Amino acid sequence: MDAVSQLQRQFVEHATSLYREGYLDDQFTQLQKLQDESNPDFVVEVVTLFFEDSEKLLNNLATALQQESIDYKQVDAHVHQFKGSSSSIGAQRVKNVCVVFRNYCDEKNLDGCLVCLQQAKNEYLLVRNKLEALLNLEQQILQAGGSVPMIT
Amino acid sequence: MVGGMEEEERPHVLVVDDSLVDRKIMEKLFTNSACKVTTAENGQKALELLGQGEDKHTNINHHVPKISLVVTDYCMPGMTGYDLLKKVKESCDIKEIPVIIVSSENVPTRIERCLKEGAQEFILKPLKQSDVMKLRCQMQFTQQMKGRLCMGR
Repeated sequence: MDAVSQLQRQFVEHATSLYREGYLDDQFTQLQKLQDESNPDFVVEVVTLFFEDSEKLLNNLATALQQESIDYKQVDAHVHQFKGSSSSIGAQRVKNVCVVFRNYCDEKNLDGCLVCLQQAKNEYLLVRNKLEALLNLEQQILQAGGSVPMIT
Repeated sequence: MVGGMEEEERPHVLVVDDSLVDRKIMEKLFTNSACKVTTAENGQKALELLGQGEDKHTNINHHVPKISLVVTDYCMPGMTGYDLLKKVKESCDIKEIPVIIVSSENVPTRIERCLKEGAQEFILKPLKQSDVMKLRCQMQFTQQMKGRLCMGR
């Protein structure tokens, strides 16, 4: 098997497992479909924005939950944003944690919130690593002159 | 300007959303559907782009782009999408511009409120290419119908 085919196979395996294990949902596929010759780095750009945004939000959440007197409305606002952006790029597991997180905010349950923050962080780091690996494989395929397989 | 005709024929959409990720995605959705797109991160900036900013009365030479459609997120800090919708529909100059509200939350009372205030449509996030294609067809249809009998909703 030549280098390109091998890379393509790795890509398909990796991508398929991401969908199967629920890290990504159909929204990510939608984003890939939006990419074209006029903007060949679209997915990378959006994903990068998501990473930057997420890191800011996680920091804000940690700070908000460390206050003497916690403003749960503010915490909820951050989680809402995180839920939105993760939903927009198809980071399903992150989004799901945010849903539970918001419920704890409504209940003003600090312990629940802290657990969710940790989970959100973990899920974010997982999906970030996996997406980076996926996009890396994509780059390698393109550089080797191959085309990126479409995962439907 | 050579080739300027094509530029002007593309409908100009104003996308309003506080999320950078969502602005980028919506911009691509609309440019893929042959629209020109301007983005704004909040209602205030959106109003300025629509020529309704604070310098509205003093700056007569202010070039205002011709916006065919406003697509705004509902949940934004400060001026919400609903507040923006109200301001657009209350203004003499721009009340005819259709406003689409997008939201990640499916709240029937919210939807009703927006439609009542004059929103053309309420669409759930995340937006899909099919949603945008449908809007694009509607915009084309409306443009073709201009000057003919008024079509009821």
